[in-house]
Amino acid sequence: MLNSTSGNTFIKSKLISRRMFLLTAAKGIVLIGVLGRLISLQINESKKYKTLSDKNRFREWKLAPERGIIKDIFNKEIASNRQVYQIHLIPENTPSIEEVFFRLKSILNISDKKIFSLKKKIAKQKPWDPIIISDNLTWSEFSRVNLFLHELQGIEPIVSVARVYNSDSSAHILGYVSQVSAKDLKDKKYLKDMSVPGIAVGKTGLEKRLDEDIIGKVGFQRYEVNAFGKRIKQIMVDPGQAGKSFKTTLDLEVQNFVHEILKDKAASVCVMDIYNGDIVSLVSSPSYNPNAFVHGIEKKDWENLINDNKKPLINKAISGLYPPGSTIKTLVALSALENKIVRPLKTVQCTGKIELFGEKFHCWKKKGHGIVNMRSAIKRSCDVYFYEVARRLGVDRLSETAKKFGLGKKVLRDFSEERSGVVPSTEWKKKFIGQNWYLGETLHSGIGQGYFQSTPIQLCLMTAQIANGGFEIRPRIIYDKEKNNLKEYLKFKNENPGQPLPQELLVSNFELKPLFKNQENIKIIKDAMFSSSNEPGGTSYRSRLEDKRFTFAGKTGSSQIKKFTEAQREAEVKQESLNYKDRDHALFIAFAPVSDPKYAISVVVEHGGSGSKAAAPIAKKVIKKVLERHELRQFSNNLQGDTI
Amino acid sequence: MFQPRSIQSSLSIKDKILSIDYVLVISILILGIVSMFAMYSTDGGEFKYHTKSHILRFSIFFLMFLFLSFIQIRFWHSTSYLIYIFCFILLVGVKYFGLTSSGSQRWLNFYFMNLQPSELMKIGLILFLAKYYHRISIENINRLKFLFLPIVVLIAPVLLVIMQPDLGTALLIAAGGITVAWLAGVRAKFFAYASLIFISLLPIAISFLKPYQKARILTFLNPEKDPLGAGYQIIQSKIAIGSGGLFGKGFLNGSQSYLDYLPEKHTDFIFTLFSEEFGFSGSLFILLLYAIIIWRIVKIGNITRSNFGKLYCYSFATAFFIYVVVNMGMVLGLLPIVGSPLPIMSYGGSSMMAIMLGLGITMACKIYKDIPVN
Repeated sequence: MLNSTSGNTFIKSKLISRRMFLLTAAKGIVLIGVLGRLISLQINESKKYKTLSDKNRFREWKLAPERGIIKDIFNKEIASNRQVYQIHLIPENTPSIEEVFFRLKSILNISDKKIFSLKKKIAKQKPWDPIIISDNLTWSEFSRVNLFLHELQGIEPIVSVARVYNSDSSAHILGYVSQVSAKDLKDKKYLKDMSVPGIAVGKTGLEKRLDEDIIGKVGFQRYEVNAFGKRIKQIMVDPGQAGKSFKTTLDLEVQNFVHEILKDKAASVCVMDIYNGDIVSLVSSPSYNPNAFVHGIEKKDWENLINDNKKPLINKAISGLYPPGSTIKTLVALSALENKIVRPLKTVQCTGKIELFGEKFHCWKKKGHGIVNMRSAIKRSCDVYFYEVARRLGVDRLSETAKKFGLGKKVLRDFSEERSGVVPSTEWKKKFIGQNWYLGETLHSGIGQGYFQSTPIQLCLMTAQIANGGFEIRPRIIYDKEKNNLKEYLKFKNENPGQPLPQELLVSNFELKPLFKNQENIKIIKDAMFSSSNEPGGTSYRSRLEDKRFTFAGKTGSSQIKKFTEAQREAEVKQESLNYKDRDHALFIAFAPVSDPKYAISVVVEHGGSGSKAAAPIAKKVIKKVLERHELRQFSNNLQGDTI
Repeated sequence: MFQPRSIQSSLSIKDKILSIDYVLVISILILGIVSMFAMYSTDGGEFKYHTKSHILRFSIFFLMFLFLSFIQIRFWHSTSYLIYIFCFILLVGVKYFGLTSSGSQRWLNFYFMNLQPSELMKIGLILFLAKYYHRISIENINRLKFLFLPIVVLIAPVLLVIMQPDLGTALLIAAGGITVAWLAGVRAKFFAYASLIFISLLPIAISFLKPYQKARILTFLNPEKDPLGAGYQIIQSKIAIGSGGLFGKGFLNGSQSYLDYLPEKHTDFIFTLFSEEFGFSGSLFILLLYAIIIWRIVKIGNITRSNFGKLYCYSFATAFFIYVVVNMGMVLGLLPIVGSPLPIMSYGGSSMMAIMLGLGITMACKIYKDIPVN
């Protein structure tokens, strides 16, 4: 019994040990599994989990930077920032979003559509990121919200800053800002990390061109938060950086003045310094209120702007394309002189029309100008003379000169809305129209009609480069103190009061490059322009300024919209009696003062009729205003020059 | 092989003290101390309720363990059935008088502590089956007649615990019981049959599961599906452990637990907290301590003469291993969250008590290794 029991016990214990061995082996395998997992989590993937842990721990709230300010040359703010009252909602902090919106609707005027789109936005973003419910409340609305704040959990009243434009006069050149769109995010790389609620981006004009620098740097606050979203402590604050402010070459007072003159007209004016290329004024009319865009324009207002046939949203000065009309005659004459096609005193008899291969080419004056030379042909804007000159010159040589003087290419850089226009040539026609050039088209080109297309700023540049004696300048709108070194100029002025600056001094001072072969030719053109504005019979004689300080030299032009029929020509139909849409565009270019030219101007009045009646009188007023402010401008320039 | 009883029973106090397994005792002590630091960290680096209570419990039950070590192994053998029945009565008592907390009725209120009888049952069942298989002869082990009682004593408490509901503990109780049967030599085919039956009954069992239990299993299968809901615990635990890296974020610097991203950080997820603060090296250290403890228990099983002792020690060692691995597997995202504490480390009196009881009996096996139990 004892033995059998002990034997039994022994066998049993061997069995137990054998089974335990199996179990131990199994345990070993399991242990390796656990160890492997630890290695994988804590060694191999530790970096990933560290990132995830930090993502848990830290939350960042971005701060929208203040946009830089745009000033005029006298440091007057054209685009600045103002305080706005906003309400934000932090979805995480509200017990019921439905309820909050319901309450808000009774306090503020929020449409169901807006609420719907807000809710969609909330669903897309992180629950702790604030969403802007309303970005521009009136004081009374804002105080009403504050009064009911205890019922609006999750709502935060915020005093923020937003863009404000101090006048409509510069709306086109400045452009406007508005909310970031999906397209902006796609096109503009610098916006990548700037998705802050309430940030605005430049959509057109300077606001768009300068956007990357003027928008500033987004700041952020980083907090450590617990699992319930409560902020435990602040880890880091980066206040960001306000955008860079820019000073432009514009003169706000001139802008406002021009804006007032152009009111109700579809027109544009461009004024340029003929030596340093500073754009003093660039106004397009009719204008619009850029402030309407900052907080999202109402649909109705938008449609009004879009459907207005005077096209208020277009910056006509850089995007409007017009045949240069008779203003091109200055360049045709110059090109002919430079290429030695005609001598200035060569005469042509104008009988009101010429015939070429059976086609009739009319002069604007039905009776004709009689015998004209270059000077009188420019003065009286004789078309027949220029048909003849153009015929001899040929379109390709004209095109070369026109391009040299700034037509056919963009004047300002990086303005997406600027157009480059067309300077036709045989090659151009072949390439873009696919046909051979006809001689008749050369004749049309000679008086700036036909394929010619130019923007007012190009015409202004052309005029400026004639006025400064034929030197190339680079127009600019952002003030650049480096290039405003007028020391030599002022020294000369102090030593020789009342004397114009000698050409050599100008050329060296502004590092000007000549565009001419023989400068005498330029002088001939300038003299002809003088006669056009200041001698009886000149096309703009009626708009002359007799005060020596303001006397200008100009050239009128009108670009044909619709060809006159033979019957209309016979009846001598006046432009004023045509339908608005059929009237010619009125153009005028000029430089002033004649004795010591400083500024060039171009005026285009859409469907204004003739240049002498519609455009020149505007130029007259603007030239006077600009010249009156010349000393002030110089003083301001000089002051800034000294502070470098 | 068989030594006279008189020699054995005349062990002096000195002999007894000398025969204690000091490696085991010291390992437990170190683990206890480590757990105190971990608990201090869960309290946010302050000496607060959980830490105080944990230290108190560890001290009391550690002393209890030492005291129990000196109780004759014959006593444990003779009272095995009684202990099981006592635990069973307590479990039934839970059903009628138990305290309910977060939807589960698990505790009995004794004035000095809330006892969780299911934890004690882990040891009770092992004791019962160790004695049972110690007694029946080897020929009878695989007879169906003799399989009946083990199945009943295993299933009865497991069902009671499942109904509390506490799936995790029920599974751990069952694991202990099955281990004893396996070690005793019940044929592999019976286990195969049992698992077949279990698998075929699984769909029915699942229909009895509470929604949260179903969710846990689904979540385990794909925690990223609902990162803020049911998968949250697993994801946050993995982030905490993973972000610990090689050397951890430093004591009291575990951001995941400090900022409350970690759920249940002083009970089931205590290992996560420790791993986050001390990294892979810390995890390895804990794993090593557990390995030493288990190794020493197995070693005691090896040297103890009686099959009761062997069965008990091996089973307890295996059960202990399973507790550790299930808890770690859970926090490492290898197993579903079933709610099982990490022995000694986790906060919880009943678990501590049961483990110390188990260890005490093990130590008794060591001290009285040569004494036959019957």
